[in-house]
Amino acid sequence: MEFLYYMGDVFTPINFGLLLLGTIGGLILGATPGLSPTMAVALLIPFTFKLEPQQGLILLGAAYTSTVAGGAVSAILLKIPGAPANIATTLDGHTMATKGEGAKALQLSFIASAIGGLFGVFLLIFLTPVLAQWALAFGPSHLFWLAILGVTVIGTLDSSSVVKGLLSGCIGLWLATIGFDDIMGAQRFIFHPAVSGGINVIPALIGLFAIPQVITMFTKGRRNDDAEVISVKKHPIRLAFVEVFKRKTALAIGTITGSIIGLIPGVGGQIAGLVAYDQSKKFSKESDKFGTGHSEGVIAAESANNAMVGPSLVPLLTLSIPGSPTAAVLLGGLLIHGIFPGPDLFMNYPQVAWTFIDSMLIGQLLMCIFGLYIAGLAASVARVPHAVMAAIVLGLAVFGSYSVQNSIGDVYVMATLGLGMYFLERFGFSAAPLVLGLILGPIAEANFIQGSMIANATVGKATYFFTGWLNWLLILIVSASIAYSVWMEIMARRYTTKDDAVAKEEALS
Amino acid sequence: MTDLPRNQHIVASGLIAAVGVSIAYISFTQEPADAFIFPRLISSVFAVLAIWTFGKAILGRTKVGNGISYDAMRNMLPGLIVAIIYVYWAAKAFGFYTATAIAFFILLSLYDPSPHSELKSWGKRLLIAAGFIAVMYGLFAQLLNVFTPQEIFF
Repeated sequence: MEFLYYMGDVFTPINFGLLLLGTIGGLILGATPGLSPTMAVALLIPFTFKLEPQQGLILLGAAYTSTVAGGAVSAILLKIPGAPANIATTLDGHTMATKGEGAKALQLSFIASAIGGLFGVFLLIFLTPVLAQWALAFGPSHLFWLAILGVTVIGTLDSSSVVKGLLSGCIGLWLATIGFDDIMGAQRFIFHPAVSGGINVIPALIGLFAIPQVITMFTKGRRNDDAEVISVKKHPIRLAFVEVFKRKTALAIGTITGSIIGLIPGVGGQIAGLVAYDQSKKFSKESDKFGTGHSEGVIAAESANNAMVGPSLVPLLTLSIPGSPTAAVLLGGLLIHGIFPGPDLFMNYPQVAWTFIDSMLIGQLLMCIFGLYIAGLAASVARVPHAVMAAIVLGLAVFGSYSVQNSIGDVYVMATLGLGMYFLERFGFSAAPLVLGLILGPIAEANFIQGSMIANATVGKATYFFTGWLNWLLILIVSASIAYSVWMEIMARRYTTKDDAVAKEEALS
Repeated sequence: MTDLPRNQHIVASGLIAAVGVSIAYISFTQEPADAFIFPRLISSVFAVLAIWTFGKAILGRTKVGNGISYDAMRNMLPGLIVAIIYVYWAAKAFGFYTATAIAFFILLSLYDPSPHSELKSWGKRLLIAAGFIAVMYGLFAQLLNVFTPQEIFF
């Protein structure tokens, strides 16, 4: 119950103020189509430089939680998911809104999000110390395989092509080797002075997530595609609570599905929402009502996508392996404060770790309260023309990446990586494995070198890296994730028509 | 394969394959060898996967990636040119705030759907650009104490 000991720290004026700011800002950013939670958190990182580590993390954690929930506002009122995690919410949420039940759909989505989110954070609270204790036994070979696992799992599960997903991961791992080698001090791949110190993670993250969105907004031209915001009629909030608890099955399925999916690296909120929606439909007595504005659809989808937030941070806080792109961005936020997550995080920085986790718990409640009141404002922000949004994001990306080290070189790195990522995305490559490769590359290399040194002095490399049950387990998971994704890709091709594939890609892009 | 001309996939994957092979070549030829053990490992996989992707593109078996349509290219090109000039040259030459204000205003003028013939819409664009720069100055110069090249003026 260590988390209770640090609960008071969340309520200091500055910490609580930042929590409020992150929650309200996140709800508004989340409602803005095109601003994904990952991008919102990446753009916020420069604003945490001047803050204490725990304050910075509170701001980023609150933004992460509420951008996922805020995406439901535009999904329900505009039929445009604020983030991929809200795709399933659109199916019933928007239909409810067109039937005059917009307020009810919003209330259900925020209440379900908060319940799912609270469950997810409790899972994070109780699983993290146990796993962290277990992870203390990890040696360099295990950490090397874990880093490779992080890249391959996200590369295979997050991409529509296994080869391209793994290739993205390799590009990220290669980018991580640019600069001076830590042991020999040798120059590696320094083809421009801007990268002589290596590629700084924060500008890279900003570029990889923000710039492709800016260019995508440019591609829309001067087209005025403002969606109509459906007006909402008042709905008593008490009835929304009654409705959520009446639909216990959908709530339980969404919460449990989201939590389990959150624990699996690489499987994001989009999958959590869609799987929970599908499972709730299967188990519902009113399955025929799904898709026609049924409250169970909204409850299942929203409880799932917020329930995955907490568990998605478990691998990050215990093993320093970010399980999702947003967790990778949060890792960037920790690294700039000189904090390296891992098994000893809770021993070395208990206040930072527990205050951050506690703030996510309180953040879920604040998100529910404020979400219900500022949904209208968030929907208006969601209608900001994409021209304005593109220019704002570009400006923030330039200033944000410059402010990391007051270096114009970081701005060039940010823009070059972002420009490259836009073109890569258009050809089926995904940013998530590239980011994971970039972040996990130094961890993989350091442990590979350290492991090689131990192996050379003892049993030899092959025995050191390829024997022992934990090495085998990790290699098995790496192989299984690749095999599973290849099999799924083959099955999808066999049973998907060309039109389905094109429509799916367009929807995802 | 989607409706995209096969050539786009061939060019893109060809470029990636060229990068992959170059990295592998550099990794295996540079000294000291110990500093390149990990890059060798990575670049070998990189090169193999990139050549595989290139081969599939040549055979027309690329299954994912819609490429870039001509409409999208036409729409993005003006904005991209402004953004590139702003990031790689103007920000340093004119100062961050001045360059950002100019780039912001040009981008709004290029992509804002409000008619160009109305004086009111020009006023709105100017106002939004000025407001944005004021917020950026407040946030970065005042709150975060970030010292940008040239500061606010030329």
